[in-house]
Amino acid sequence: MTTAHNAKVMNRFELTKRLVGKLKHEEAVIGGIGNTNFDLWSAGRRPQNFYMLGSMGLAIPIALGVAIAQPKRNVVALEGDGSLLMQLGCLATVAQQAPKNLTIVVWDNGIYQITGGQKTASASVADLVAIARGSGIGKSAWAADEDEFERLFEDALKGGPSLIAARIDDKPGVGATDRDPVQIRERFMHGLGVRK
Amino acid sequence: MTDSETRAVSWHDTVLKSLKANEVKLAVYVPDRVLTPLIASLHADPFFTCFACTREEEALGIVAGAWMGGLRGAVLMQTSGFATIPNALASLVVPSQIPALIFVSERGTLGEFNLGQAMVLKCMRPVLDALAVDHHTITRGDELGFVLDRSIKQAVAIQAPVVFILSPLLTGGKVFVA
Repeated sequence: MTTAHNAKVMNRFELTKRLVGKLKHEEAVIGGIGNTNFDLWSAGRRPQNFYMLGSMGLAIPIALGVAIAQPKRNVVALEGDGSLLMQLGCLATVAQQAPKNLTIVVWDNGIYQITGGQKTASASVADLVAIARGSGIGKSAWAADEDEFERLFEDALKGGPSLIAARIDDKPGVGATDRDPVQIRERFMHGLGVRK
Repeated sequence: MTDSETRAVSWHDTVLKSLKANEVKLAVYVPDRVLTPLIASLHADPFFTCFACTREEEALGIVAGAWMGGLRGAVLMQTSGFATIPNALASLVVPSQIPALIFVSERGTLGEFNLGQAMVLKCMRPVLDALAVDHHTITRGDELGFVLDRSIKQAVAIQAPVVFILSPLLTGGKVFVA
């Protein structure tokens, strides 16, 4: 059952801070392009964060790759509704590979926020949790409020794959990520223990 | 065994051995008829984690993530699929300096009749040249192992993607009944 119709409209930066606060074991986090990774950046630098500067829609595939490479590390993909709608097939790939260490978080404000606020399909007809379930990710849920978001996230880290969707407002991201792709990638690889 | 069967066995076996020798353990693909024997042998070998995904840029994202996590990966596709990845190349793989190993089955040439594939093929090398991505068109089985082994090592060493375009001269291509 979907609870999108009565889920509280929350704030992405607030939820991102709560999410980062739950990370105690050097979990990897992939921040999708735009406001998603701006808020991840502003929630506190972590060497295990990867900030996407392009390739819209690939946060979940990148996270899947990290999850396959490092099966003992939890990996979290943060993605916006517009980005996910661009690459819906990746949900079926995740379901098929079924990595236990992968959590997907979708921030759904129903708009392409950074390009001028044009409406996405999730503003009216597309239910992203229903799509995820239909793609085979059974552990998919809307977070009704902040507290439930935290509970769902804690549960997701215990075993996935999982998808958590949160309705969010249209407030812009806080701050902006440094735009140096090599530095971002290299720091991330250090954070994952691949670079010594 | 016919000539084309002999040739088919040798090229895909060489690719598999080259990947193995260079510790490339992940193979993600969007299917292609010509690549089928290679895909089947990768699935059959427990050394590899091999699976299909839904789109070529998705495959690049997966391999990019795997590389950053310490696992080498290859992407397999056909020419038409290449046309879907310039954004992922230009905004992820190239600027982040990720040694993605990209195998493209060359379609739309040497006797194919689908104009759609032929036109996409005309875009491929100019796009790669514009992005300064190394690419090798391989036509001969006796050069295949050398090209792959040296180029995989170079890609890892210089942290840059490389594209291997597998010509019908190598693979036999898709055979059509006139």
